[in-house]
Amino acid sequence: MSLTILLLLALGLGLAGWLAARARAWTFRRASPDGRLASLPSYHAWYVALWIVLPVLIFVAVWSAIAPGLVTQAVLASPAADQLPAFGFQRQTILNEARAVATGAAQGVFNPLAAEFVEPYRQALSRYNWIGIIVTLLIAFLGGIYAFLRLKPDFAARNRVEKIVMAILLAASLVAILTTLGIFVSLVFETVRFFGMVSPIDFLFGTHWGPDPMANPENPDASRYGAIPLFWGTLFIGAIIAMIVAIPLGLMSAIYLTQYANPRLRAWVKPALEILAGVPTVVYGYFAALTIAPAIRDFAISLGFSSASSESALAAGLIMGVMIIPFVSSMADDSIAAVPQAMRDGSLAMGATTNETIRRVLIPAALPGIVAGIMLAISRAIGETMIVVMAASTAANLSANPLESMTTVTVQIVAMLTGEGSFDHPATLSAFALGFVLFMVTLALNFIALRVVKRFREAYE
Amino acid sequence: MVTVVHPNLSDTDAKMSARDVSVFYGDKKAIDDVSIDIPTKYVTAFIGPSGCGKSTFLRSLNRMNDTIPSARVEGEITLDGENIYSPKLDVVQLRARVGMVFQKPNPFPKSIYENIAYGPKIHGLAEGKDELDAVVEKSLRRAGLWEEVKDRLQDSGTALSGGQQQRLCIARAIAVDPEVILMDEPCSALDPIATAKIEELIDELNGRYAIVIVTHSMQQAARVSQRTAFFHLGKMVEYGRTSDIFTNPIEQRTQDYITGRYG
Repeated sequence: MSLTILLLLALGLGLAGWLAARARAWTFRRASPDGRLASLPSYHAWYVALWIVLPVLIFVAVWSAIAPGLVTQAVLASPAADQLPAFGFQRQTILNEARAVATGAAQGVFNPLAAEFVEPYRQALSRYNWIGIIVTLLIAFLGGIYAFLRLKPDFAARNRVEKIVMAILLAASLVAILTTLGIFVSLVFETVRFFGMVSPIDFLFGTHWGPDPMANPENPDASRYGAIPLFWGTLFIGAIIAMIVAIPLGLMSAIYLTQYANPRLRAWVKPALEILAGVPTVVYGYFAALTIAPAIRDFAISLGFSSASSESALAAGLIMGVMIIPFVSSMADDSIAAVPQAMRDGSLAMGATTNETIRRVLIPAALPGIVAGIMLAISRAIGETMIVVMAASTAANLSANPLESMTTVTVQIVAMLTGEGSFDHPATLSAFALGFVLFMVTLALNFIALRVVKRFREAYE
Repeated sequence: MVTVVHPNLSDTDAKMSARDVSVFYGDKKAIDDVSIDIPTKYVTAFIGPSGCGKSTFLRSLNRMNDTIPSARVEGEITLDGENIYSPKLDVVQLRARVGMVFQKPNPFPKSIYENIAYGPKIHGLAEGKDELDAVVEKSLRRAGLWEEVKDRLQDSGTALSGGQQQRLCIARAIAVDPEVILMDEPCSALDPIATAKIEELIDELNGRYAIVIVTHSMQQAARVSQRTAFFHLGKMVEYGRTSDIFTNPIEQRTQDYITGRYG
């Protein structure tokens, strides 16, 4: 709640600063002999407003991170704190309970000890709330006054605002990078814990997967943590079967749509194809499990494979392939269409057929986009969970027979994390190790693809 | 209004002939009733102000207008007496016989060698690596580019300068040994020195191939061509020997254009 107040305060002050600065710039403008300023009044206004809002936002971000800690410290300094259990779960529960009552989120306390902390909590919360508001106001005023005093008729407010905007854009792009880094670090942390219990050799090269979340966590049976069947299942379903379906179909439809289809047909077919990408994967899962998988089983049995199961890697892979056709075709379509008409004309004028032109000129020139689309599709297929759960089962199985049931890394991550095991059990932690390997593999794939494209692309600029 | 054709042209044999050719983009008529004989051994220049249809007419000579869905050609155009718009004719064969060089140099984003080898490969003109090497060298020599690029045939064609790129495109066109070469303002994207080199090249190719060049520059037409056709508003106004067109035009509009009164 206090956070909302601080943000509203910042925006209100920013608006006030904006209006004041604009009014001031207008007085400059009226006073100047030729009615001109170095920058438009609105830039003066934005300059002051940004100087008010940005420092406040930074303060609020920092404050909301440290304020809860300060409050808790203040509470622990109260005389009642001596009665608290020294460590762990119970101590935390009592504090949380007291805090909930103090902020009005709960009506009464369950644990009598917690009642003693309600009052200290209430005091500390309100004290730090006020401190937050006062500091916010102080920062806003200081920033605003500093900026306001710099306004002059020849002040280059526009250039400054442009610089600030650039900094904001930079910060926005850093968010994505830092998030990736954060994900990576948290993964590494848990993975290291897991490898402390199960050796990486057993994990990476073992061929039997069947962690038991109920087993004694102190002494895990490393032979049950062999992830090879999962990696194989992921590769087989996501990168082999699905790609055998998606790459030719996607590429051919892109070629047809860009080179042969008349514009009216293209206007219909392209959006229709892209709808495929919007279908929820669980719906594909139904289709795979209820229609495709039984059909494949019946077909396999009629061919004499009596062992064919109703949950098969083939069914999941086929449907996954259909699902990612739009990723391949849409990117390929865009990059083929982006090859300059001059290339096409040049080839046709040599007496090449449309087909030769596509194979020898357009596709080499469009290769980066095509490969990017395929990489996107593979990452999407490798990360896909729902279809596999429904059509290819959750049983790990190391087999090259597409008619057998298989499972993938992501399915097992879900299974391990949603199981009954406690959070420091190796079965649960194995999910992080799986995620880590998946992350590294996709990273490596992307890296290799980039290098390959760089080596073979035919740049037309 | 009829085209004025100078009477002293009758001595030349025609490689390509157009009879009553009109070209439409949708409902718009871009070329109106043009008839012309393009000689075997000379350079023919099409001149005229922007939008007069000279490029459109040039592109109809090797059916490049086919790539524009709304374009439609009426009348008859023949190559060695054979109608190029006849359904029996293979457009791929036609374009191998009637090559084209474009306004903006458009080498493929491949190596210099591959750019030249492209045409011979798709038409199966060379058997084996040695023969292909020979074709590449011969074409580059004819285009006057061999000395400049012989040590870097594997470099990308797009890494060359604009003038070299355009000569590469000419070399690419002659690699399939065409009978006619169409040039659509081949120097408009080049600086004067590169332009001079291309003009020199056109002079050297003259006689070996029938060459048709569209140009904005009247000086260029006067320098490189022996026949000139003046186009205006989709019509061919006057056609004759270049020397006659520039010194003794019959039509008033030709006179006005070449003396710089408009265009």
